[in-house]
Amino acid sequence: MFANVHRIGKSLLLLELLKGLRLTGRNLFKRKVTVQYPEEKTPQSPRFRGLHALRRYPNGEERCIACKLCEAVCPAVAITIESEQRDDGTRRTTQYDIDLTKCIFCGFCEESCPVDSIVETRIYEYHGEERGDLLMTKERLLKIGDLAEPQIAADRAADAAYR
Amino acid sequence: MSEDSVTIEVNGTPMQARKGQMLIEVTDANDIYVPRFCYHKKLTVAANCRMCLVEVEKAPKPLPACATPVADGMKVFTRSQLALDAQKSVMEFLLINHPLDCPICDQGGECELQDLAMGYGRDVSRYSEGKRVVKDKNIGPLVQTEMTRCIHCTRCVRFGDEIAGLRELGATGRGEHMEIGTYVEKTMTSELSGNVIDICPVGALTNKPFRYSARTWEMVQRPTIAPHDSVGSNMDLHVKGHTVKRVVPAENEAVNEVWLADRDRYSCEGLQSPDRLQAPMIKQHGEWHEVDWEVALEQVHDRLQAVIDRDGADELAGLAAPWATLEELYLFQKWLRGLGSANIDHRLRQHDFRDDDVAPAFPWLGESLVDLEHVDAALLVGAYPRKEQPLINHRLRKAALGGAAIMAVNPAAYAQNFEFAETCVVAPSQMAQTLAAVAAALVEQGAVAGDALRGLINNVSVDDQHRRLAEALRRADNATVLLGVQAQAHPEFATLRALAGEIATLTGARLGYLGESANSSGAWLAGVLPQRGPLMGTTPGPGLDARAMFEQPRRAYCLFNLEPERDCWNGREVIRALTQADCVVAFSAYDSASLREYADVILPLALYAETAGSYVNVEGRLQSFNGAVAPPGQARPGWKILRVLGNRFDLADFDYDSAEQVRAELADAITSLRPGNHHWQLPGSLPQAAAGSLERVTRMPTNSLDPLVRHAPALQQTVDVADGHAHMHPDTAARLGLAAGAHVRLQNDGGSVELPLALDDSLAPGCVLIHATHPDAIELGGWFGNLEAGGR
Repeated sequence: MFANVHRIGKSLLLLELLKGLRLTGRNLFKRKVTVQYPEEKTPQSPRFRGLHALRRYPNGEERCIACKLCEAVCPAVAITIESEQRDDGTRRTTQYDIDLTKCIFCGFCEESCPVDSIVETRIYEYHGEERGDLLMTKERLLKIGDLAEPQIAADRAADAAYR
Repeated sequence: MSEDSVTIEVNGTPMQARKGQMLIEVTDANDIYVPRFCYHKKLTVAANCRMCLVEVEKAPKPLPACATPVADGMKVFTRSQLALDAQKSVMEFLLINHPLDCPICDQGGECELQDLAMGYGRDVSRYSEGKRVVKDKNIGPLVQTEMTRCIHCTRCVRFGDEIAGLRELGATGRGEHMEIGTYVEKTMTSELSGNVIDICPVGALTNKPFRYSARTWEMVQRPTIAPHDSVGSNMDLHVKGHTVKRVVPAENEAVNEVWLADRDRYSCEGLQSPDRLQAPMIKQHGEWHEVDWEVALEQVHDRLQAVIDRDGADELAGLAAPWATLEELYLFQKWLRGLGSANIDHRLRQHDFRDDDVAPAFPWLGESLVDLEHVDAALLVGAYPRKEQPLINHRLRKAALGGAAIMAVNPAAYAQNFEFAETCVVAPSQMAQTLAAVAAALVEQGAVAGDALRGLINNVSVDDQHRRLAEALRRADNATVLLGVQAQAHPEFATLRALAGEIATLTGARLGYLGESANSSGAWLAGVLPQRGPLMGTTPGPGLDARAMFEQPRRAYCLFNLEPERDCWNGREVIRALTQADCVVAFSAYDSASLREYADVILPLALYAETAGSYVNVEGRLQSFNGAVAPPGQARPGWKILRVLGNRFDLADFDYDSAEQVRAELADAITSLRPGNHHWQLPGSLPQAAAGSLERVTRMPTNSLDPLVRHAPALQQTVDVADGHAHMHPDTAARLGLAAGAHVRLQNDGGSVELPLALDDSLAPGCVLIHATHPDAIELGGWFGNLEAGGR
């Protein structure tokens, strides 16, 4: 009998609602952590692992020597490389594909690269509209590398002491 | 415990060893690993890398395990602190000058230095001074050098000395200035040169055609059997995706030990030739059309059936290559015999078929390959094993180095890699005479000859060389007489066979044959013969052999896996016969202009790495393999094509589901069959040489043997290919008034060609050597015979 009165009284006084509103009210005046993307963006570490890129040396020569360590280490088997001896006798890739739909952005490829050729950039805003759009080819990766090189180089320099 | 056995203790475990054995042999036999670079079980000990240092009790310093003989009671520690420190220090010195280019090195992933650096090296190098750099040498189209990586183990140098028998690589300079190379830049000419790739512990010598095309861990290893010479070397295909990237030897002491001939190693390039046929094709009104299999097989049926109905099955002839698999050959003859034709053969390069009726079950070595190492004397007749069966030559070389007298009767003093006791250089027409003279010398020395032989040799002139040859054979306890490829192609092969057999009988030697191709023996057993069915079975009425089927042109031909104008004894006649035929069905892996000229239906064929099959090697060893990659395009394994053709012609017993089922009909009998080779028929008289200005000699250059090799680009850049020159002894050229660099016009009754002259003082006088398979020489017809020469 008493329990029923207590329950009815509690719901008539909207105590549960007020309890909830207390939490809302507390957070209403707290400092906000929500970032207003895309107007605002979170800060990134130099080690950020975003879209891949292939780098070049300052003289324009591609760095990649087709050692295929990234292909071997890739846990998602997202990298496909074909190699050949280029006319000048150097070892080069004829094909360097990364399937971004497979990639898990673990950064092992970057870590295994003996010549700092394959890197993960800070770029994360990309999408694909058609099948194959997320299959990055050698040309596309080199293009990204060319565009982002200043940032990539700065990031490598910032992290150099820890590598 | 026998007298020459000692007990040693390695890491606390007692072990038995033979006296005089090196420590490393004992540890290897007991699965205790001692690191090494310069030691190789097939080479002499050099002890120059010092990697195998181990601690031996009571020895003041660590000792190299590869050069320390065992002694009774010796206590060895391979993993003690002293041994490990020594190994680690040696490793550090070895890495001082080794470049850090593992990521671009083809050896990366299978490199002994890389592996041992992981096991014994330091994490970080303490060396900060300049490293040495050595200029690369160009040593030919097969082996790539990267001499900066060399660690001076000298395995390649010792290989050249001890196995290849040619001192092509050597070390110049001392200490830091030591370099491995050819001294004067030249191409390696050894037919075994590719083996330096396998024995090089680092990436200094690597596979040139394979260079940079794949990494070791990407490839799958599939065992197979070498498709060229009759040794049947065991080897592994390294496959990436659907391509065979390279070939490496597989160890089999009884067959190829650990070696592989260059031809077997590099011919895999031919699998990816742009000339490979991708789809069946038929010719209609002079135009070629690609069709699907259904249509192509229907056409084969209709066209062949038309010929059979009109002219009879005897107008049908089939020629199969001796490098086809046993299963293909068996089904080929079964199919043709089912159609009613007995005109079947595989002996493309034989011309003399007189003694077919008495021929052995299959011509084979007469002994095992290992036995060849132990002969005391061997007589080679028309044979050049160094280029034709390099690993048989390697066995003979071992015998020769052990004191055996290896002798030859050849039309040229071919460049050999060991000392021959005697070489009779005679024109082909004199070879029978020479063998008769040897037989006569044997009779002189007291051997008892039968009447037939005595009648044959009583007028032969015997000289000292014949006597020495006879003497050596007679004195040997363990002798063999081997008929080589040139003897088998000789127009008097039956006579040579009989005389060689008689010599073998008189001296107690074995008679053997050096087969030319992977399945030269298997083709006999499969019954691809006009006079005999499979496994020596008899067939109704002998058919036409490989010579007669072209001399008496047929209305229809089936060609299996060959380029007849190049592969047959008389290309000119073959072309003539094929061109006049109503229907030519070609099972072929490669397209060519001449094929399109005479063929009517072309069926694309899978090659050795693409089909399951077996080869029977020269010692009668049946070795089977499976396909490793898919054939290109619409090409199909031969046994499948033949099986469907058998069904299409409604032949009985053609319902095979696998190559194993086909093999099962033969395999048991083959493994137990070891017939004698002592079958021959003595002719009534010795052949007399016809008068003429020049005698033609033909040799099949190593790297022109079959269509597969001819389509392998790297091998075609070597020296062992058909060069289209007329090779003559300088005296012969002088007699004809020809100077070096001249062109010589050669003619016989059938045709005439003009070839550049090449002087070669190893040839018998009065002879002109023209390589087989060269397109320029096809017009001259047969491999042997007389030619008229005129200069220009």
